[in-house]
Amino acid sequence: MEKQLRKIVDKYKPAFSEGGKFGFLHSTFDAFETFLFVPNTVTRRGSHIRDANDLKRTMMIVIIALLPALLFGMYNIGYQHFAAIAEPASQAMWFRCWWYGFVRMLPMILVSYIVGLGIEFAVAQRKGEEVNEGYLVTGLLIPMIMPIDMPLWILALAVAFSVVFGKEVLGGTGMNIFNPALLARAFVFFAYTPKISGDHVWIRGVSKGGAYADGFSGATPLGYINDSVSAGASTLDFGGTTACDWFWGFVPGSIGEVSTFCILIGAAILLYTGVASWRTMLSVFAGGLLMGWIFNLVGGNAYMEMPAYYHLLLGGFAFGAVFMATDPVTSSQTNTGKIITGLIIGMLAVLIRVVNPGYPEGMMLAILFVNALAPLVDYYVVQANVRSRKKRLKTVKQ
Amino acid sequence: MSKVIKLKRGLDIRLVGEAEKTVVQMPVGSTYAVIPDSFPRITPKLLVSEGARVKAGTPLFFDKARPQILFTSPVSGTVSAIRRGEKRRILAVVIDADPVVEYEKFQAPVPAKSTPEKITEVLLQSGLWPLIIQRPYGTIANPGDKPKAIFISGFDSAPLAPDMNFVLKDEYDNLAAGIEALKKLTDGEVHLGLRNGENGVLNRLGNAAQHLFEGPHPAGNVGVQIHHVSPINKGETVWTVDIQNVALIGRLFNTGTVDMRKTIAVTGSEVTEPKYVSLIAGTSVVQPVMAAGVKHQRAGENFRIVCGNVLTGVRADADGYLDFYHNQMTIIPEGDNFELLGWIAPRFHKFSVSRSYFSWLTPRKRYDLDTNLNGGKRALVVTGLYDRYLPMNIYPIYLLKACMAGDIDKMEDLGIYEVLPEDFALCEFVDPSKTEMQTVIADGINLMIKELS
Repeated sequence: MEKQLRKIVDKYKPAFSEGGKFGFLHSTFDAFETFLFVPNTVTRRGSHIRDANDLKRTMMIVIIALLPALLFGMYNIGYQHFAAIAEPASQAMWFRCWWYGFVRMLPMILVSYIVGLGIEFAVAQRKGEEVNEGYLVTGLLIPMIMPIDMPLWILALAVAFSVVFGKEVLGGTGMNIFNPALLARAFVFFAYTPKISGDHVWIRGVSKGGAYADGFSGATPLGYINDSVSAGASTLDFGGTTACDWFWGFVPGSIGEVSTFCILIGAAILLYTGVASWRTMLSVFAGGLLMGWIFNLVGGNAYMEMPAYYHLLLGGFAFGAVFMATDPVTSSQTNTGKIITGLIIGMLAVLIRVVNPGYPEGMMLAILFVNALAPLVDYYVVQANVRSRKKRLKTVKQ
Repeated sequence: MSKVIKLKRGLDIRLVGEAEKTVVQMPVGSTYAVIPDSFPRITPKLLVSEGARVKAGTPLFFDKARPQILFTSPVSGTVSAIRRGEKRRILAVVIDADPVVEYEKFQAPVPAKSTPEKITEVLLQSGLWPLIIQRPYGTIANPGDKPKAIFISGFDSAPLAPDMNFVLKDEYDNLAAGIEALKKLTDGEVHLGLRNGENGVLNRLGNAAQHLFEGPHPAGNVGVQIHHVSPINKGETVWTVDIQNVALIGRLFNTGTVDMRKTIAVTGSEVTEPKYVSLIAGTSVVQPVMAAGVKHQRAGENFRIVCGNVLTGVRADADGYLDFYHNQMTIIPEGDNFELLGWIAPRFHKFSVSRSYFSWLTPRKRYDLDTNLNGGKRALVVTGLYDRYLPMNIYPIYLLKACMAGDIDKMEDLGIYEVLPEDFALCEFVDPSKTEMQTVIADGINLMIKELS
């Protein structure tokens, strides 16, 4: 079969090569060809042998790591929906729940990939370069950090904005300053705020009204907490959910972020394969805990006195720590820098949550802010190396 | 004995085709060549014409910029061809060798009782001076300079590298004389890097300052050893000499002749009988290749001959010649074939430092790696990976980016004086973005030389 497939590819290759009939599509053809076959390119200069790893495989590992959170997210879409409309939705109806979520989630994933890859292919074509694999991950991340009731046209707009302004104008994959997936979310957050905040977007169908159960609000646990803090309550209202629910993921929220457990499976895959930096991941969690403890010490209101580890289970903290903060391009480039920026992300995220009543969730802004800060941190880390070299020179001269 | 310098960062790539510890003595071959391009950064000016009779040690050409640096013939015979390329650039001076080598006689003094000037003069006349390499930049040393130290690496840690204690087991006298001669050329010391735990002829060389190293490749790279013993600062120069070339220098002082006979390891998965071959440098690559044999290749399969090791060596054509710096030849399969869905397949036969492959489960397994790039070229994406393969206090990616940007000040700040392209070979090997890092560093060094001269 391999040989026949190769024959077919070889047959059409000339038409798609430069000068061929479809020469203008050669990047596209190349993308599909290298997807099917590892090319026969050999080393020309430098090391004659090369490691078997490439970016395609690296990106694919991230996608595999995202799958548990994605599959559970689909299930939870259905679970929350049926709970909301007070259908007798028990957890045992897992397939019905999952199928419901799958059908709702699929268009979002498709829109994200079609729009994003469309732009990437077009740009690669124009530049005459190979298509970069980076968007395979970004394109899956974007729908996973959106609420399920996000209108598809807004999603498409957000994807286009993030790919064009977040990546391509800066030079493409590897050159971007901000995490492109979070940039897409930030775009919606500021341009279409009602579609990504409040109580009515997190459960499928709720934003359009309709019959849902008595006393149902649809808010996320963080939303409940925010409301009770704003109301000055002495105890926090978690909307009837417990830390256990947050860990397993039976709560409303952005699609991929809900289950800390599934995210941790992904984290294990990323750390085992070495694709993500354990330094970043660990220090983000450590930073969150640290800030939580600082608030515990200071005290003041019920939110500040909430157990610090709750923060790690709530909202997008775990998802951000595992899949967003560890993006090698936008995170700090040095090992020391990774620890510093990780700590800042964790601390900032909790700080924003607790202190700023306008934003129930702080993870997205914390990571984007630290993306901008990372080059500065790296600068000082590298500068220390430069200084040590200059100091050595001075001691020699004396 | 000094303390052991333990290096953690690096990687030993275990390949099939290690040389068996037997030496085959090769007779004098039929043709030899001296190739100007195999010497770093010289412009040759011919001293002989076609048909001229030469002896071993007769000058063939000199460097235009430094006319005192001569390049001499390794054998006696007749200059049969001067191969030229574009713009009459000299590609090779080819010599048809006599069956018995006649040697030019040099008035070589006893090194210990001689002066630096006399030793320099003899090395220049005999054509052995180009074996002394200067750091920074890796050019041929400047006669008359006083380097702060001379470094010799006593072991090679590259994949399938020859065992230098084995290669030089009968060369003690020449090595000792060579070191004695080099000692006259520096105000500092002659440092000899040795692998901890080995005990052979090199350990007995008491006239050099010995340093013991432990750890994976590139622990044997002389640049890494310099970095850990006495790093090069701006404005300083250090010289390095390959250990086998130290023996050649010593032989000159012991015998008064240029005898370029050396032992190289013929290695690699495509070699029938990987072993050591004793030959005269400059010989046609066919001679050692025939001695060890190449495995039968099936239709559509090709192999590649590399002078040197697979990480830093030079690709050789079948009509090529061995240069004067390498102690090894490696023959590996060409990877010019397609692999269906290879990027996601388990690929148990492939080697990777990434745990997305399974080679980490079998650390003792030997691999027959081919020359496939294993992916497409991309922008640098992953971070924190490259640092693990450069055992120096240097940020590899920042230095690389400074070279790419051509920012001289930054290159200087980040340590360009301390590295040569070979030090980035492992980073290049592991890079999933398939960047040609050795070329980037070489271009950076070229720029430094151009701007600062």
